[in-house]
Amino acid sequence: MSIVYGEMFLTESVKFFWGCTVGEQATFEVSYTVEGADFSIAGEGAARLKRVLQQVGLPPALVRRIALATYEAELNVVIHAYRGVIKARVSSALVEVWVEDQGPGIPNVELAMKEGYSTAPDHVRALGFGAGMGLPNIRRNADALKITTVVGEGTALYMTFAGPSSEV
Amino acid sequence: MNLRSIVEALQLEVLTGDDLLDRPISGGYISDMLSDVLAHAAPDCLWVTRQAHQNVIAVASLLGLGAVILVNCPVPAALIDKARDESLVLLQSDLMAFELAGQLYALGLRGCRRD
Repeated sequence: MSIVYGEMFLTESVKFFWGCTVGEQATFEVSYTVEGADFSIAGEGAARLKRVLQQVGLPPALVRRIALATYEAELNVVIHAYRGVIKARVSSALVEVWVEDQGPGIPNVELAMKEGYSTAPDHVRALGFGAGMGLPNIRRNADALKITTVVGEGTALYMTFAGPSSEV
Repeated sequence: MNLRSIVEALQLEVLTGDDLLDRPISGGYISDMLSDVLAHAAPDCLWVTRQAHQNVIAVASLLGLGAVILVNCPVPAALIDKARDESLVLLQSDLMAFELAGQLYALGLRGCRRD
């Protein structure tokens, strides 16, 4: 298994990991940091992950689902938290994405999962965020979603997506 | 229907991507809520909005939308730069969203929805 961080993996090496030797599962990991309240580069982590997944040749519909769910999770960090990190582990059988933040946490997860419920402030809603569809969109696009949250500390999302070689 | 025929018929201003107008368009979607677009807009469709900031480009690029048409709003230079960076077609119309949608429909374009 190889671990690649940040910028480094916009290189040819990703293709190598993906097309790795038969018999050994080709896997790579990536990670991006996310700054709270910085809307000028919001979504950059999801966009980079999308490019990498395209480069390694995942099916476009799968890439779109992963990018979309990651974007929503990233924007939740930008809107609600101080900072966070996006991590992904990619193999042909499974794509795992973690989005973890230091932030206020979610007092009522069940409520937050309800479509239309949002605690986004007005200046964020004016940009077209805060429809209360972020977590529902993530649930709809990920094959599995786990939310761990501690009020006053932060939130961790864990999403998984079945890869092209998973249907064995 | 491709972008060029729509741009010419409705006299849209091409802010970026004038080399990408041969792209076929699958339909249209109107919303100012980004998550709504993420939930429902289909690849290759037109997105009509009056949200003029960089997150619109991020969403359109992420979904592989055909073009964004901005209506009834000033367009900041940073938005145009971002659209150019992402090779996204950014268009502008003087019409109100309602009239623009009517004219797009009259051209034969229909709403697109990805479920």
